[in-house]
Amino acid sequence: MPALFLAQRATAFVLACAVPVHLATILYAVRGGLTAAEILARTHGNIGLALFYGLFVIAVAIHAPIGLRNVLREWTAWRGRSLDVALAVFSLLLLVLGLRAVFAVYST
Amino acid sequence: MSGVLGVDIWRGTEQGAFQAFAIPRRTHQTVLDVVTEIQREHDATLSYRFACRVGMCGSCAMVVNGRPRWTCRTRVTEVVEDGGRLRLEPLRNFAVVKDLAVEMTQFFDKWKEAHGYFEPGAAPERDFAVVPPESTERQLADAGIECIGCGVCYSACDVVAWDEDYLGPAALNRAWTLVNDVRDRGQPTRLDAVSGSDGCQACHTHMSCTTFCPKAIAPTYAIAGLKRAMVKRSLRGAR
Repeated sequence: MPALFLAQRATAFVLACAVPVHLATILYAVRGGLTAAEILARTHGNIGLALFYGLFVIAVAIHAPIGLRNVLREWTAWRGRSLDVALAVFSLLLLVLGLRAVFAVYST
Repeated sequence: MSGVLGVDIWRGTEQGAFQAFAIPRRTHQTVLDVVTEIQREHDATLSYRFACRVGMCGSCAMVVNGRPRWTCRTRVTEVVEDGGRLRLEPLRNFAVVKDLAVEMTQFFDKWKEAHGYFEPGAAPERDFAVVPPESTERQLADAGIECIGCGVCYSACDVVAWDEDYLGPAALNRAWTLVNDVRDRGQPTRLDAVSGSDGCQACHTHMSCTTFCPKAIAPTYAIAGLKRAMVKRSLRGAR
């Protein structure tokens, strides 16, 4: 359906911007040999970082299940409502686990 | 040109085996000439399909040495090196009727599913429509209008191989020519028909259809056009 197609393309655009920022942040953070505690000290209370990764998680939670649905439809005989429900659950799982991690890094 | 050409031809339906033949090589011999000679001189039970022999009807397509081709316009010299053999199979992604003849009902049914037919509307125009040849819509329609329905693109398409419900490049190409037909009044239902999970959005842009189309049509770009039209319609709100 067009809604899924549009959602996947829109989130792909978000991820195309967010993934390089995410990778660059990782490289920058570990460059000087920071410990986990030192990194968490910097992320604590950083609302910009929390919003960025919150958006990242939402985009992933939308993008990945739609792509996985396409893969499953092409490579298996699984179709119909059970597939859609299973991937909606997968999407929710990504969303909850991802936002929980963002909150943990923000609030610790 | 002289010598002998070794030919391996699929015999059977989904189950079967290759049968070997040897026929004389001839100058300018086409692959269809080879099949016809075998059927007439060696084995009258060989089944295949052809009609016009000049690249117009689209009925003689087969898989030739691993690639889908129109056999009436494919010379043996194009596909067989010196000393090489010719290997002929029925088109892929179609049910096999017998030997080299395939069942094309599903293929053409999908043209109907994609609304690949002109819809004049409830009250057709009284006068002739003027469609300038230089207009964008006319040029986009012209780019895909010469499809002969041979099934080569459908045979080459990976997405059809994965998802038998996928409408396929030919049906979507036909829909795109009609999306660009300014006289047509059936665009909303057509765009709905090609926008499902088995429609244009399922295309992976592998471009096999465009690579193998014997008429040099580019269904990949037609499908991309349908995706754009679908997105525009969605953003404006389906009416």
